[in-house]
Amino acid sequence: MSRYVMTIDLRRCVGCQTCTAACKGANATPPGIQWRRVLDIESGEFPDVRRTFLPVACMHCGNPPCEEVCPTRATTKRADGLVAIDYDLCIGCANCVMACPYDARSIVHEPHYAYSDSPMASEAKRFDPNRVGVSMKCTFCKDRIELAERTGQIPGVDPEVTPACVNSCISGAMGFGDMEDSQSSVRRLLAETQHFRMHEELGTEPSVYYVWDKS
Amino acid sequence: MKPFIPRAAALAAPKQQRNWDWRAAANFICGGAGGGLLLAVAFAGIETPAARIAVLLGLALIATGLTCVWFEIGRPWRAMNVYRHFATSWMTREAVVALVVFAMGGLALLTGAKAFIVLAGICGLAFLYSQARILAANKGIPAWRHPASVPLLVGTGLAEGAGFLSCVAAWFGAAASSWVALVLMVLIGLRAWFWKSFLARLDGDGAPDAALKVLHGMSSRLLLLGHAVPAIAAALALAGAPGRGGWLLAAGFLTVGGGWFMKYTLVRRAAFTQGLSIAHLPVRGRGVSGPQVKPGWKSIPGAKAG
Repeated sequence: MSRYVMTIDLRRCVGCQTCTAACKGANATPPGIQWRRVLDIESGEFPDVRRTFLPVACMHCGNPPCEEVCPTRATTKRADGLVAIDYDLCIGCANCVMACPYDARSIVHEPHYAYSDSPMASEAKRFDPNRVGVSMKCTFCKDRIELAERTGQIPGVDPEVTPACVNSCISGAMGFGDMEDSQSSVRRLLAETQHFRMHEELGTEPSVYYVWDKS
Repeated sequence: MKPFIPRAAALAAPKQQRNWDWRAAANFICGGAGGGLLLAVAFAGIETPAARIAVLLGLALIATGLTCVWFEIGRPWRAMNVYRHFATSWMTREAVVALVVFAMGGLALLTGAKAFIVLAGICGLAFLYSQARILAANKGIPAWRHPASVPLLVGTGLAEGAGFLSCVAAWFGAAASSWVALVLMVLIGLRAWFWKSFLARLDGDGAPDAALKVLHGMSSRLLLLGHAVPAIAAALALAGAPGRGGWLLAAGFLTVGGGWFMKYTLVRRAAFTQGLSIAHLPVRGRGVSGPQVKPGWKSIPGAKAG
């Protein structure tokens, strides 16, 4: 069975926000909602200061607190490691939003459009009423992962079945693949580098690994 | 709700949660007090007319809280889906217990039988505990997920229940009002202890600076007006001071008010998210890694505010 994970090499990220834009384009999220963001973190004290870019989204946790608290079973952890939301079951109680320690989830209670109360043609075409009033978040582009199951292509290798953010990354900072596949690029990268997962102390077992140095 | 657009520099820091507003807070405020009241009336030994009024009040409080939540959720017409995840979700368990509370409470009102009042009280305690666990299960809010929040929320629910019962007992001039005043004093003391313990443990284990600032900022007011003053009023009622009923009424109101103030603050104002952090700053070129960065937190060893 596959177990999909994402790697983000913090040494390579230049904070260009191309992944943010690619996600927005691929998933047509409403104004103000970004399933993927790149944070610009300044730290230290002059003259020893640093600037770090931190791409964040749903961590598709191995032990997702959002799934545990969800009263409707709308949030489920799939066998391939993806944490998914069934928009038809979700009641929009926001319990999962509170349970997520990664600020990855959001709820939009009424439709919003970029420039006025009415949608542009492109917004109207891609508007999904099922996403109003329910919890939503990064899906790891699950439609593409499901396409791979039908076509035999490999997520993380073939662009058609790889998350949009990973495809778009200009510096090769983002990787995606199957941790159960010993030949996958993510498996090799993690074997060769030092990495961490955010808020591991909370026991969430995130599927996103941040690479920070060579081994 | 007004869109919240944080500045870029603030994105990684803990943010005040904006998804559960006063309606969600009202569920914890009213529901917790209602559950506590049902338990209090079950074991207070007050006469049937007053007991029936107290049970009715407890059920009304729980119903008010749940109604407020119903108005808050994004898809209210799917509300019955809340019963789908009893295995792990405390929100489902709260909803299931609520059904039993209303069934037992309804039978208690209809029959006035002591057995049903006691059963309603036990279910009220279960409802109160479920609510405490709902907050504690939310790992995204450090002030809620701390284990000390559970006894605090259960303790304040019990104190508020005793506070409401004091008001009912004072209103009816119930013979058991001395016993009620004594229990109220004990529960006020217990809640104060839970509160101080919660704050101390949160300080020790770490929480977002903003959350600690809010909680410490309201602590002295809470302890004075929500604990010391009502405890004195309850003591005067217990000692049989002139205007005994008035003292008991005041003690009850202030205990309830203190608890509601505390819960509103915890659910709304002190509910800051975990925020994001970097355990190791990346090594670039021939440089070295830097220490952990955790904006908005000071109490993590080695962490620096961003």
